Amino acid sequence: MQKRLANWGNYPVVSCEERSFSREDQLQEVLDTQPSLIARGNGRCYGDASLGAYSISTLKYDKVLGFDTGEGVFECQAGVTLDQILEIIVPKGWFLPVTPGTKFITVGGAVASDVHGKNHHVDGAFSSHITDMDVITSQGPVTCGPDQEADLFWATCGGMGLTGIITRVKFRLKKISTSYIRQRQIKARNLEEVIRLFEENKHYTYSVAWIDCLQKGDSFGRSILILGEHASPEELSAQQRTAPLQLPAKKKLTVPFNLPSFVLNTLTVKAFNWLYYAKNTKREINNVVSYEPFFYPLDAFLHWNRGYGKAGFVQYQFVLPLDQKDGLVAILQRISDKGWGSFLAVLKVFGHQDSLISFPMEGYTLALDFPVRKGLLSFLDELDALVLQYGGRIYLSKDARMKQEVFWQSYPHVQRFAAIVKHYNSNCQFRSLQSDRLLLTDTELAVNSPKLPADSLH
Amino acid sequence: MPTVLILGAGSDMAVAIARQFAAEKYDIQLAARNISSLQAQQQDLGIRYGIRATTHAFDALDFGSHAAFYDSLQPKPDITVCVFGYLGDQEQAQSNWQEAGRIIHTNYTGAVSILNIVANDYAARRQGAIIGISSVAGERGRQSNYLYGSAKAGFTAYLSGLRNRMFHHGVHVMSVQPGFVYTRMTEGLKLPPLLTAQPTDVATAVVKGVKARRNVLYVKWFWRYIMLIIKSIPEFIFKKLKL
Repeated sequence: MQKRLANWGNYPVVSCEERSFSREDQLQEVLDTQPSLIARGNGRCYGDASLGAYSISTLKYDKVLGFDTGEGVFECQAGVTLDQILEIIVPKGWFLPVTPGTKFITVGGAVASDVHGKNHHVDGAFSSHITDMDVITSQGPVTCGPDQEADLFWATCGGMGLTGIITRVKFRLKKISTSYIRQRQIKARNLEEVIRLFEENKHYTYSVAWIDCLQKGDSFGRSILILGEHASPEELSAQQRTAPLQLPAKKKLTVPFNLPSFVLNTLTVKAFNWLYYAKNTKREINNVVSYEPFFYPLDAFLHWNRGYGKAGFVQYQFVLPLDQKDGLVAILQRISDKGWGSFLAVLKVFGHQDSLISFPMEGYTLALDFPVRKGLLSFLDELDALVLQYGGRIYLSKDARMKQEVFWQSYPHVQRFAAIVKHYNSNCQFRSLQSDRLLLTDTELAVNSPKLPADSLH
Repeated sequence: MPTVLILGAGSDMAVAIARQFAAEKYDIQLAARNISSLQAQQQDLGIRYGIRATTHAFDALDFGSHAAFYDSLQPKPDITVCVFGYLGDQEQAQSNWQEAGRIIHTNYTGAVSILNIVANDYAARRQGAIIGISSVAGERGRQSNYLYGSAKAGFTAYLSGLRNRMFHHGVHVMSVQPGFVYTRMTEGLKLPPLLTAQPTDVATAVVKGVKARRNVLYVKWFWRYIMLIIKSIPEFIFKKLKL
C-alpha cells in the first residue's frame, strides 16, 4: 500500500511503500525481494534522505542488547531512539556521548547522519564513540568499526544509509554524576561579540548560540550564547540533591495541526526573537537546569514542525572553515536582507574532525529554517554558491534540494565515498530520493572504481 | 516477584504487552516456537526494566507438548497472556485444508489446548489470571476472513465459558478485542487511523484492564458499538454486503 510520507520538514511529501521488521529474517526477506529501498528511522531528518519508492522502517527493530553499567558501553538494535536510551542510562549515571537537538531519533539515524551536538569541539561527532556495528550490505552482513572494515565504517557514518541497513550499534557513554546541567547564558550584542565569546569559552563542554538574524547595523548577529557542563552533586540545590540522577518529568505540548503559513511572517518571527532575547534581562544568567530543557528545548513541543504550515520548510545548515568568518557575515547578511524568516538560527563552532563523508569540520556552522515559498529554492541555490565560494558544505540530513554539483564540489572525499558505496551497494539497492538527486546511486554516473585503495582513511 | 507468561511472544502486540508488564516490575516468561528469535527481546526486557526475563520453546500446534511445556515453567506464572494468532490467507484456505487447518488450530485448538492446562492449575491453586487476545473478526463472519473469524469466534466463546467456570475458583479471565492494530500483520492494509490502535495502546489497555478485572476489553471503546451495529444488520442484508 502506498502512503504519503515526509520527514521532519514536511517537504517533500512523497508516495512511498513503507514496511517494518522486528527480526533479521524479516529484514532479509525484504532485502531478497525489493530491488531498491532505503532505511528509515524516526523520520527526523528534515528532507528526502530517508524517502524513496520503498522505505524500510527500523522502529520495530528496537531491542537493547547490552548495557555495561560499570564501563559505560551500550549496545542496541538500530531502531532504538535516544529518548529510550536516556531513560535507561541516566538513572545509572551515564549520558549520551553526543546528542543532537532532538532525542527523538534512532541510533541508526544517528550513525547514518553522524550527528553532532553542542560538544562537538570537545567530543567530536557520534562516530567517535562507536566501537563496532553491523551493517547489512549487498555483500551480506558485515561487522565494522574504526579498527575493522574501516572503509565500510567511515562510509556508513554520515553515509545516509547508502552502504546498507545499519542493524546493531555498540557505543561508549559519558559518565555523569547528576542529570543536571550547570548552564551559563550570555547575551551578545552582535556577531563579532558572539564569535569572541565562543573563543573565550571553548573550554566549556557544551556551547551553542541562538542568533536573531533579522537584526541590522550595530546589532547584526545579536545572540545568546548558551554554555553548559554536567553539574556535580555539590552544584545542585538541596531539593535536586535528593535525587541527583532523576529523569525529567514527562510533559508534552503539541501543535495538533498545521498552522496557516501566515502565522510565521517576518513580524511574528521578529517578535519571537525579540521576546527570546529580552527574556534574559541580565547580560548573564547562571543556573542549574535539567538536561531536558538544555539539550532538547523544542522536544517539549511535539510536532513543532507543523508551525510552518502545510507547505513545510527547509532547514538550511552549512559549515564554513574557521578562517572564513567573512563568509559567515556575508551569508548571514544575505539572509537578513532577504527577510524570509528564521524561527531558529543556531550557531555553533565545530572542532576538528577527520571524516570521509560526515558533515562536521572545524569551523562555524549555522542552521536556519525557511518556510517553503515561491522563490525559496533559487534563493537557497544562491546561498549554496556562497557556501561553496567560502569552502563550506551543506548538512545532508537537513538537505532536501541541493544540486548534485554543489555536493560533489563541497565534500572533499566524495569520490572515495562513492567508490565504497559502489562496493557495498553494488546494484544500487539502497537508494533514496536524495541519493538519486545527488547522483550517488545513479548506475550510469557512479564512479567506476570498485577496487578500493588499501590504505584506510584513519 | 509476580510473573507473566506470554504465549506467542514475538509478535508486535506481544512485545508491547511484555514491556508494559515488565515496566510494572513483573518477571516475564517469553514463549514462542523459535526461542533464538526471543533472545534480543529477553535482553531488552532485562536491561530496560531490571526484571528477570526467560525464554521457553512453545509450539501452539504441537498440542501433545503443552503439558510438558507448562510443567517446565518455574515458577508458575501469576498471569498468562495468550497472544499468538494466525491470520492466514482466506482465499487459499477456502480450497487448501492445510492452510484452513493451520488457521483453526493456531487460533482455536492450540489456544484451548494450552489454556485448559493453565486453567486447571490456576483452579487448583485458586489464583491467577488468564488473558486471551481474541478479535472483533470473531463477532460476525465476513467473506473476507471468516476462517480466521470463526476460529476467533470459537476462542471468544471458549474464554467466556472459561471465565464463567473460573469465577467460582477465584481466577479471573479477560477477553481482549483489539480491533484494528498497526502491526506487521496489517502493514499492507489501509486502516482508518481513528479506528486503529498502536500495539502500545493494546498493551496499556491490557495491563490496566487486568488490574481492574475487566471481563471483555475493547482497546478502543467505540469498537464495542461498531460491532453492535455490525451484529444488528439483518442477515438477509448482511449476506449481500461485500465485507
